[in-house]
Amino acid sequence: MIGSIAAIGAGLSAIGAGIGIGQIGGKAVEGIARQPEAASKIQAAMIIAAALVEGAALFGVVVSFLSIR
Amino acid sequence: MQFKQILNFKKNTSSLILGVFLLLTAVAGHAQEAIGEAETAEVAHQEEAFNPADAIIEHISDSHSWHLWGHTSLALPVILYTDKGLETFSSGKFGHGEEAYTGKYYTYKLEKNKVKVVDEGGNVNEEASKKLLDFSFTKNVASLWLSIIIILVIFLSVASSYKKRVGKAPKGLQSFIEPIIVFIRDEIAKPNIGYKYQRYMPLLLTFFFFILINNLLGLVPLFPGGANVTGNIAVTFVLATITLLVTNFSANRYYWKHIFLPGTPKWLYPIMWPVEIIGIFSKPIALMIRLFANITAGHIIVLALISIIFVFKSVAVAPAPVLFVVFMDVIELLVALLQAYIFTLLSALFIGSAIEEHHH
Repeated sequence: MIGSIAAIGAGLSAIGAGIGIGQIGGKAVEGIARQPEAASKIQAAMIIAAALVEGAALFGVVVSFLSIR
Repeated sequence: MQFKQILNFKKNTSSLILGVFLLLTAVAGHAQEAIGEAETAEVAHQEEAFNPADAIIEHISDSHSWHLWGHTSLALPVILYTDKGLETFSSGKFGHGEEAYTGKYYTYKLEKNKVKVVDEGGNVNEEASKKLLDFSFTKNVASLWLSIIIILVIFLSVASSYKKRVGKAPKGLQSFIEPIIVFIRDEIAKPNIGYKYQRYMPLLLTFFFFILINNLLGLVPLFPGGANVTGNIAVTFVLATITLLVTNFSANRYYWKHIFLPGTPKWLYPIMWPVEIIGIFSKPIALMIRLFANITAGHIIVLALISIIFVFKSVAVAPAPVLFVVFMDVIELLVALLQAYIFTLLSALFIGSAIEEHHH
């Protein structure tokens, strides 16, 4: 029972990160399409933001992972 | 002259360490061979229900032996600090983790890959086990030494070729490493730290190559790899602690002013101080969790896909998981590089924000 609730938690955090990284990637592609010469700067900023979002999601995953045991 | 001596000293030390490592592994491997042969006959009746969760946890966690092939594994030394004194023996004495070993002070047994004290009846003595401090040379430690040797070999040779070929075009391994170093300098250190970047280049380069090489070694399923070093929270904890210390010890007064005297009304200070102090620690903690969770999650996915074959107990289903595993491994290669990059980048960012000059 606890294991399946933890799995739901991991899934929810994955959904949150999916929405977040999707937004970041979409906006970055939009930005690059508008200003192709700024592509490298946009990419770097995109990766930082994606890593931060992913970090929040992984907190969720780790907590649910710990609660299995 | 002095520098040259230090370099020579390092070379000698690294070859010494390599020698000791090889000697250790040779001795331990020899001890294990006999046990490996005796065990094969016993395997036939060990068919139990396959539990993917336990198998995955066993594969991603640290261990006292390093699996080589089939039923042969490398026994690594066990070093225990008991309340009566130090005790060392080979983990080959545990057989395949089922047998108990009587040492000088207690009888020991492996319980879920952890050394526990047992009494004559074979029951775990929890109280004595708590006093046991385990300093063993485990799989992760061995892999850590291996990666240190790889890093030393690569970078001492590159450094010496820079000394030999001053002002000339790079050659050999040097021309492979140079673009990466230049990338870290121009894309990570300079934009994020500013004109003082040179002081922090050694740290950032060490972070990058240490994490990268350990990530890549972790992806190799066979012997020299296979240990989950960067997916071990203790390792990432130490890496993040280094970032925390470097950030706070190189911080200037604007950084501390921002924390203790922020530009808010004075009556908000009691709220702002805890928030800012939590902020100091939450950044390295996020670094720690990010690296640990990314690498561990990647390994779990690969192992879960492989487990599908064993759950169905059929070769017919194998092609699909194997294809997915190849796909995941390619993504993991990208993740290995990306996480090394992210860790270095965020460390540079934190250091840069701590030594930034004041401007409004």
